[in-house]
Amino acid sequence: MIRFIYGDALADAPRLADSMFRDRAAQFRDRMGWDVTVDAQGRERDAYDDLNPLYVIWEGADGRHGGSMRFLPTLGPTMVNDHFGHLTGGVRIESPLIWECTRFCLAPGAEPRVAAALMLAGGEIMRGFAIEHFVGVFDARMVRIYGRIGASPEVLGSVGQGRSLVAVGLWSFSAAAQARVAAQAGIAPARSRAWFEAAFGPEAAPARAVA
Amino acid sequence: MGQFIRGASAENALARLESVETLADLQSITEALRDQYGVDHMVYHWVNSDGEQFGCGTYPQAWVTRYLDQGYLRIDPVIKGCYQRFHPVDWKRLDWSGKAVRMFLQDARAHGLGHQGYSVPIRGPNGQFALFTVNHSCTDAEWETFSQMHRRDLIMLAHDFNHAALRLEPGRTPREATPLSPRELEALTLLALGYNRAQAANALSISEHTLRVYIESARHKLGAQNTTHAVARAMQRGIIVV
Repeated sequence: MIRFIYGDALADAPRLADSMFRDRAAQFRDRMGWDVTVDAQGRERDAYDDLNPLYVIWEGADGRHGGSMRFLPTLGPTMVNDHFGHLTGGVRIESPLIWECTRFCLAPGAEPRVAAALMLAGGEIMRGFAIEHFVGVFDARMVRIYGRIGASPEVLGSVGQGRSLVAVGLWSFSAAAQARVAAQAGIAPARSRAWFEAAFGPEAAPARAVA
Repeated sequence: MGQFIRGASAENALARLESVETLADLQSITEALRDQYGVDHMVYHWVNSDGEQFGCGTYPQAWVTRYLDQGYLRIDPVIKGCYQRFHPVDWKRLDWSGKAVRMFLQDARAHGLGHQGYSVPIRGPNGQFALFTVNHSCTDAEWETFSQMHRRDLIMLAHDFNHAALRLEPGRTPREATPLSPRELEALTLLALGYNRAQAANALSISEHTLRVYIESARHKLGAQNTTHAVARAMQRGIIVV
């Protein structure tokens, strides 16, 4: 299932959080060779993890991380604005209607549908919180994954070729894209809506109606 | 409710946010916008980087006093749901169960608050935290219509209030607004020249989505409510010339 968890609540899901940071080390340091910081326990964390981001995490039946991504508002520090301005035409992307999505990670051996499930969850965020766009940095490997699940971003700018490509992309919500990723994930939109409501509350709280 | 049309008076109230100099100015803007949106209450309060609290808005003074006396801050589901968060919250989604919370809500209603609400939390620089709330009494269906129609504007408004409030912080060193990049200026210039989005995107060799993001970023930096307003403001300030 998909969990939506702010950084300050990760302590309530220690197994899930620990396996997420370990899987991030496996993806970003070991597989992609990025220059990231991994602590003595084997967990990859960066400065943006200290800003109490919102994590969207696929939790497997065993309670472990299957894939995840991390959101921050673009009105605060973001990776795109702090480090990738050369890929956005020099534009600092700042808006209460745009969030940054980073550290899109899949656990080693994750089921193919996990990536699609994460994108489906991203759509719930857009719809539920009136967010119009996500902006994010991604690499060549993710280009293929996003393409496969039918959620290719609009590329704002990129550097490098082939395997060393790094790009800044933009996602928007559309009913068509939602239908594509839902089909790829094999998850009905009603289910992803239920996961969103489990995290952020149902649309109508029965107790309130009697007040 | 919900008949709000962004007319000259609204633009006026929003323009006034730009030149706020005192808390009383902010107060009168909450009153004007409350009336324009046709809702029961509009409230903005914030905790600055030194931990001091400020507030303005249309809640009755008796309720504000009661809230502080009773220490409701500790049980208010809106505070619980928004503190350390950055997503907007419809009060419907909060947990109003539990005896203490139900009594709190009853007390709030007895003081003239509605049971519907939409709150936008804001994380500002250096630990500054703010909350902007619209509160109303109506059916769930009416509220749904209202919030679908206005939530985007309310989110932008929340940030405009915060921008104004940050200027009031004591001892604050004035910080220049983020300057617009050449790409943002080009995009606004083309719109000012009468290009539509497709033409402007084409002229800049970018996609329409990319253009939208450039314009949205420029709109936010200019403190404008919409694209037309952003273009007008950029021209007024002489940062684009057509």
